[in-house]
Amino acid sequence: MTVNGEVVTRDVEARLLLVHFLRDELGLTGTHWGCDTSNCGTCVVLYDDEPVKSCTVLAVMAGGHDVRTVESLEWEGQLDPVQQGFMECHGLQCGFCTSGMLMSARALLDRDPDPSEATIREAISGQICRCTGYASIVRSVRWAAEHPAGGVG
Amino acid sequence: MYPSRFAYEAPRTLDEAIGLLHDGAGEAKVLAGGQSLVPLMKLRFANPELLVDINNLPGLDRLETLADGTIRVGALVRHRDLERAGDVHRIQPVVGAAAPLIADPIVRTRGTLVGSLCHADPQGDWAAVVTALRGYVVAQGPGGRREIPIGDFVTGPFQNVLAHDEVAVEAVLPGPRHTVAGGFLKLERRVGDFATAGTAVAIELDGDRVTRAGIALTGVGSRTVDATGAAEALVGRALTSEAIAAAADAAAEAAQPTADHRGSAAYKKHVIHTFVTRILTRVSTTSEQAA
Repeated sequence: MTVNGEVVTRDVEARLLLVHFLRDELGLTGTHWGCDTSNCGTCVVLYDDEPVKSCTVLAVMAGGHDVRTVESLEWEGQLDPVQQGFMECHGLQCGFCTSGMLMSARALLDRDPDPSEATIREAISGQICRCTGYASIVRSVRWAAEHPAGGVG
Repeated sequence: MYPSRFAYEAPRTLDEAIGLLHDGAGEAKVLAGGQSLVPLMKLRFANPELLVDINNLPGLDRLETLADGTIRVGALVRHRDLERAGDVHRIQPVVGAAAPLIADPIVRTRGTLVGSLCHADPQGDWAAVVTALRGYVVAQGPGGRREIPIGDFVTGPFQNVLAHDEVAVEAVLPGPRHTVAGGFLKLERRVGDFATAGTAVAIELDGDRVTRAGIALTGVGSRTVDATGAAEALVGRALTSEAIAAAADAAAEAAQPTADHRGSAAYKKHVIHTFVTRILTRVSTTSEQAA
């Protein structure tokens, strides 16, 4: 599979979940392992540009596919606009849900660069922020939509 | 949580997949989207010895609309594909109404309609839609293909009629003969939770007369409830408030809910009654405006 633009080849046990492959085999611990039951969405990564819950995908199923994790958002020292938006609008408190939220926000903006608040709420509706900071998360994604080139120094 | 150990094969042809299932002698499972099977395996409710991953099989991702309005949904068509298929929604509005309510948006990336039918969860949404539309499943095994009406396909909670060496390759929604209307409503405590109750309504109208009706309920029985009495209350009649009330009464009567943390049996029947009334009233108001 390709992970964050790099081709990765490993022999893995069939039962290894994608979230554990990313974290334990590749050391990409930005992807969090949360509820483990496909509810919380902190493990969201992009699979061929669409968000998936990596606790509910077998690593072997990602063979031949393109996977992007939160580590791919920063580019040459520059944070992605969604990361900047979360900083500007206090989109994170404890930070546990953040990597999943950032990835589904990125996927949403790639498809719909100017989403309404309702569209953003729908896009993150399969994810849980246990700090209940949803309003700030929605504002953060809107900030990113309004600043497609970023802009925080 | 890890699934038990299992062998994994990702065949490139359907014949190869069927051969693997045949040799698996009932201990093999088909893996499509995996959004129900993988969680079940992690909980060790399902412990197949072999997973046959059909994601690499060519052609199964096809979502086709034929000239007569027939819709063919391949086994690898994801909920998300159906959510974005405007041409399908125009032919069958009930599909367009249900697609954005399946699971949550991220699960919809991977999960499939055909997989959902095979999984046969009594609280599944697509089975109600396909039942309301009188759809069928096309299965292929070593002996060839067969078409299985949805009512015969599901045999009980989490049980279907497929032989161990058959693959459900597509679901087919027959083309309508008259003007189509319908809708899907679901009550859930939060996005992604199982339905407290859900209702799929698909009707056809010739002028103001209902010529065909399908009403199916989810979450209110040990399997999808085909509320035939509710449908019969509509056929041959106009969508008057009396006809709508009769259909809603019959649907609530057909529901067989059990009380749980999502609500009492009476409450769920009430929800079904409300949903049938709401969908049909909307259809009736819309067609009056169009006339």
